[in-house]
Amino acid sequence: MTQNRRSLRTTSELDDLSARTRELILRSVFKAGAGHIGGPLSVTDILVNLYFDRLRVDPTQPELPGRDRLILSKGHSSIALYTVLALRGYFPVEELDTFDAVDSRLQGHPCMKTLPGVDMSTGSLGQGLSPGVGMALGARRSKLDFRTWVILGDGEIQEGQIWEACFVAARYRLSNLTVILDYNRLPQFGWPSETGYTREVPIDDPAAKFSAFGWATVECDGHDHDALRDAFDKAEANDDRPTAIIANTIKGKGITFMEANHNWHARVPTQEELDAAIAELATRSLAGVGRS
Amino acid sequence: MSIPMVALTSEPRANEAPREVWGQTLCDLTAAGANTVVLDGDLANSTRADIFAECYPDRFFEMGIAEQNMAGVADGLATLGYVPWLSSFAAFLTSRDLDQIRVVIAQPGLDVKICGGYSGILTGKTGKTHQSVEDIATFRALPGIDVVAPADGRELRAAMAALSVSGRPAYLRLTRDPSPVIFPDSYVFEIGRAVLLREGADLGIISTGVQTVRALDAAESLGSAGYSVAVLHVPTIKPLDVEAIVALAEQTDLIMTAEDHSIIGGLGGAVAETLGEHRPTRMKRVGIQDRFGESGPNDALLKKYGLSSEAMVEQAQALLTSTR
Ligand SMILES: Cc1ncc(C[n+]2csc(CCOP(=O)(O)OP(=O)(O)O)c2C)c(N)n1
Repeated sequence: MTQNRRSLRTTSELDDLSARTRELILRSVFKAGAGHIGGPLSVTDILVNLYFDRLRVDPTQPELPGRDRLILSKGHSSIALYTVLALRGYFPVEELDTFDAVDSRLQGHPCMKTLPGVDMSTGSLGQGLSPGVGMALGARRSKLDFRTWVILGDGEIQEGQIWEACFVAARYRLSNLTVILDYNRLPQFGWPSETGYTREVPIDDPAAKFSAFGWATVECDGHDHDALRDAFDKAEANDDRPTAIIANTIKGKGITFMEANHNWHARVPTQEELDAAIAELATRSLAGVGRS
Repeated sequence: MSIPMVALTSEPRANEAPREVWGQTLCDLTAAGANTVVLDGDLANSTRADIFAECYPDRFFEMGIAEQNMAGVADGLATLGYVPWLSSFAAFLTSRDLDQIRVVIAQPGLDVKICGGYSGILTGKTGKTHQSVEDIATFRALPGIDVVAPADGRELRAAMAALSVSGRPAYLRLTRDPSPVIFPDSYVFEIGRAVLLREGADLGIISTGVQTVRALDAAESLGSAGYSVAVLHVPTIKPLDVEAIVALAEQTDLIMTAEDHSIIGGLGGAVAETLGEHRPTRMKRVGIQDRFGESGPNDALLKKYGLSSEAMVEQAQALLTSTR
C-alpha cells in the first residue's frame, strides 16, 4: 500500500472544492424539495479530501477492479457523495438537478445498480461496514492492493451490526480497511434527559470503543483538509489492523444558522434561507475561513 | 399444454442427507472452476459447511455468531466476483438478516446464495426457535431472489450447479435429515421449471421440498383406493412455473398443495394466487396451519402438524368426496 501519498491538491484548492460542494448540496436539496442537509454538510470535507486527494479511482473507469472502494454507510448523506462524484467527473454536474426525481440515477439513498461510482448501496443505517469487511477480505484473497474506506455516522454506530463487523475486521486483521466516523454528535432526534431532549448521541468516546474492539484509532478535525490528510496517511501506515478515524465534525458545517442544529437534519431551505446560505459560503471561502 | 414428465429413479429407495450433499457439492463446484466462498455463522458442523472448510480453507470464512454482518460481508465479496454461499439455519438467516438481505443483496441484485439449513419443522428436536414456517413466504415477497426447495439430494446437487452460474441471489431451502432419493442420476434441474412426477385425472397434488416424497406416497395410496392422482413437484417457488400449475388444474380440476411451511404465503399461497387469477379451481392447502412448531421426533411432528402422507391421504379423500 502506498504510504504518505503525494498530495494532488493544495489545501486551498480543497477548501474551494468544499465550498462549491456545499453550495451544490444546498441547491440540489432546494430544487428537489427533499433530502438531508445537516449530515451532507458535515461529511463534505471528508468526501472532498478522499475523492480529490486520496482515492485511487478513475472516473472514466468506475468499475476498475483495482480501484479503492468508498462506502457511504450513512446513505442519507447521498447528495454529498453525488456532488463530489459529479465534480470529480463521474457524471455531469447538471445531473444533480435530477436528485430524487423518478427515473433518476441519483436516488434518495445511493444505489450501486443505477449509478456508476457508487461502490455499495446504502440507506438502512448500520449496514455499510460489513460489505467493507467483505471487500477487504476479498481484496486480500484476490491479492488486490486496493483500500476500502467506510464512512459511518455517530448515530448510526448505535446499530449492533457495526460492532459485529468491527469484531470480525479486527479478528482478520484487515489493515486494508479504514473507517471514518463523521462525529458530529447529532443524530436525528436524540435521547431524553431531565432537561428535555439532549439531541446528543449516546456514544461517548468512540475511539475507546473502536480500540476496545482491536482497531487502531486516530482523531482529527473533520473539516480541516490538512488534518484529514494526516489522519489518512496514518491509517494507511497501519499494517497490522484496521483503523478508525474519529473525524470531529459539525452537523450543518459551513452555514452558521444550520450548524449544530438538529432541525437541519433533513429540512429543505426556503428561497431566503438558500440565498443567505450561499452568500455566507461565498464570503467564507473568500476569507479562507472555510477551514474550520 | 402438457407438462414435462420426469421419470423417477428405478433404484431401490435409499436415503441421502441433503446437508452432506450440500457441503460436498460446494467442493465439487469449486473444483470445477466456480469462484465459491462460504461464510459460516458458527454452525459449520451442523450445516456441513465443514466439508468445504476442509477442502478449501482459504475460501471458507468463519464469521462467528453474527449473522447480520455475515450477510453484508458476503455482499462485499460478491462485488469482487466471488460467489458467496451462506451457512446458517433458515430461521436465523431469513428473519434476523432480512433487512440486510433486502438492502444489500436483493436491491443491488448481488450474487449471494442464502442457504437455510434446518428449514421447516423437521429440525432435529430443536423446537420453534430453530424452525422456519414462514421463510418461503418472506423470501417470495422479496423482489429479485429465486426461491428453491429441492426434494432430494440429487435435485439439490443439480439445483446448486444451476444456482452457481445463475448470477443472481437465491434462497436455497434445505432440510436437516436424510430423505429418500427419488430422482434419477440423469435428472436435469432448471430454475423456474416444475416437473410432473405422476399423471392423474382426479386430483393434482402440487408439492415442494421434501414433502414431494410424502406426496408421492399419498398419491400411491390414493391410487390403490381407486383415485387417479397426479403429482407436480415445484422445486422453484420463485420464479413460479405458472403454466404447469394452470395446466395441471385444467387436467384435474381439483388441486391440493403440500409443503413443510405455513399454508400462508408459501407454495399453497402461491398456487392459490396463481389459480385465483388464471383458473379458479377448488383446492386444499396442506401445510402448517398458521402456528409455530415445537420440538419432537420427525414422525411425531409430521403426524401432529398434518404433514404425513397419511394426513395428505385423509385430506385428499375429504376433498375428492366433497366435490363428487
Ligand atoms: C436502520 C435505520 N434506522 C433509522 C433510519 C432513519 N435515519 C436516517 S438518518 C438518521 C440519523 C443518523 O444520524 P447519524 O448517523 O449521526 O448521521 P448524521 O448526523 O451524520 O446525519 C436516522 C435515524 C435509517 N435510515 N436507517
